Amino acid sequence: MSEKDVKGAEFLEIAPRVSWFKRFRRVFFSRGVVVFGLVVIVALVVAAIFAPVIAPYGPYEQHLDNILAQPDLQHLLGTDSLGRDTLSRVIFGTRPSLLVGLVAITIAAGIGMSLGLIAGYFGGTIYAIIMRLVDTLMSIPMILLALTLAIVLGGGLRNIIIALGVSMIPPYARVMCGQALSIKENDYIIAAHAIGGSNRHVMLRHLAPNCFPPLIVLMTMQIGGAILAESSLSFLGIGISPPAAAWGAMVNDGYRYLLTNPVLSFAPGVAIMLVVFAFNMVGDGLRDALDPRLRGVI
Amino acid sequence: MSVLLKVENLKTQFKTDAGLVKAVDGVSYHVDEQEIVGLVGESGCGKSVSQLSVMQLVPTPPGEITDGEVIFEGQDLLKFEAKGSKMRSVRGAKIAMIFQEPMTSLNPVLTIGRQITEMLELHLSMDTEAARGRAIELLRLVGIPSAESRIDDYPHQFSGGMRQRVMIAIALSCHPRILIADEPTTALDVTTQAQLMELMKDMVDHFRASLVIVTHNLGVIARYAQRIYIMYAGRIVEAGTTKDIFAHPHHPYTIGLIKCIPRLDEEKGKKLVPIVGLPPNLINMPSTCAFLPRCPYRTEKCEREPWPGLNLIDGQHYAACYADIREE
Repeated sequence: MSEKDVKGAEFLEIAPRVSWFKRFRRVFFSRGVVVFGLVVIVALVVAAIFAPVIAPYGPYEQHLDNILAQPDLQHLLGTDSLGRDTLSRVIFGTRPSLLVGLVAITIAAGIGMSLGLIAGYFGGTIYAIIMRLVDTLMSIPMILLALTLAIVLGGGLRNIIIALGVSMIPPYARVMCGQALSIKENDYIIAAHAIGGSNRHVMLRHLAPNCFPPLIVLMTMQIGGAILAESSLSFLGIGISPPAAAWGAMVNDGYRYLLTNPVLSFAPGVAIMLVVFAFNMVGDGLRDALDPRLRGVI
Repeated sequence: MSVLLKVENLKTQFKTDAGLVKAVDGVSYHVDEQEIVGLVGESGCGKSVSQLSVMQLVPTPPGEITDGEVIFEGQDLLKFEAKGSKMRSVRGAKIAMIFQEPMTSLNPVLTIGRQITEMLELHLSMDTEAARGRAIELLRLVGIPSAESRIDDYPHQFSGGMRQRVMIAIALSCHPRILIADEPTTALDVTTQAQLMELMKDMVDHFRASLVIVTHNLGVIARYAQRIYIMYAGRIVEAGTTKDIFAHPHHPYTIGLIKCIPRLDEEKGKKLVPIVGLPPNLINMPSTCAFLPRCPYRTEKCEREPWPGLNLIDGQHYAACYADIREE
């Protein structure tokens, strides 16, 4: 093979430049299970917003002549012991579930990440004070803490959100603090100081964005966790009080009829499982798509 | 030319579990306007820490600047609060710094452009449009091809040499008076090293700034530096013009360093002479000369007397040694 056979030009082909959004889209949608998760979440959001239109009956509408009906064409998922349509209640149940999940996580992540960032960035005494407080909070089991708070504050949607929000702070503070501690040692943080950036500037512009990837995953997973916790609280009778439609409470109502009408518990149970799974998958997809180090590779 | 930066008796210590590390132990030097100064020494001799101390970027704790003055534009920088606005307005704007590892000194989640414009917005309060235009101009100046499109790239899309070019562009964006380059070429291959040294020289000429090059490689700066300081174990052991240092090295350590460099005019097959032994542990340093255990010129006086200060030899040439060595 002579030298002329080697075509240099082939190696000079530069990959076409892809915009940030296109790259994000390509990575995010490359996995079927992520798309499935997204579809489930979108469907749930639509269901929550348009519940009165989609649901065949009202959530409190009783069909006393047809209690504990098995699934049939009239009641696709049967009815409960008070003759309420299970499908309609599952659809209406998305409202409190999504609301609790999203708002509680926003509260927890907001407070937890700020605390963790401050603790990790400054270190020393500030670190010790914040993290010992977080440890104290962490030493109480989440459900127990939420339960206690819910009892003190009283039940109801708002208080459940506050209780779950507070009790879910520790993991965010911990992860953020760990991230901040390791990432602040990077040269680019010293470089950011060296160009004259203030503490606030370095913390928010340089440190925080580099800490986010695991926290995004944590957040999406915790949304599932919060929905699960809300269901647990409702199951325990502390959460959203009957007759409001909440998945946890529905599982609780239904388990007495598990042998005769299993669908009463299974339908809301599957809904909980689906939403938790969907948020976890979307979290994974987001992590892959948002990580700039993976850009251009995938 | 007038003195731009004057460092007097700078002392920086680190408290560790093993004891007190005197990383910088009474270092004095100065940088003139538009001068290129080299600071040379082995790993761990305190050369980087001394530069971080000037910028007050030493991590405290465990580090602490215990003594000294850094006079810049008539003010003692060490009197400024480390994180205060006065110090911040010096960092980057007046004294800029380039770090050793181009692979890690750029923020991986921000675009190259964002990291340059950030500096312009911080110190010059430029608006976004103007800053972007200036950033492209700067990238072009440091030799990044098709700067208009590369400005939106992320650091991982750049090679090591290009990242260091970007670092230079960032460092020079606010027209600093002094550029401190902390082993700027250590992580790069030899050809890139040469290109970057040329670029840095051109750039400080263009911006009429002074340049402090911290390195462990005498060869790298021989061509560029006007004056050289040799550091050993936290102190400056020899100072002089580049010609003084290379033609008439006076301190045994400097002589050792020069003998380590292969020369083109030597006969073939001649072996390089390494400096025997290891650099000293900076904890519990003896009061005698720190180079004593490795010194081929040691005398009885060296064993008795404390570490000598810098003595004038001639002109601008100083050395911290009792022995009167005249090597060509």
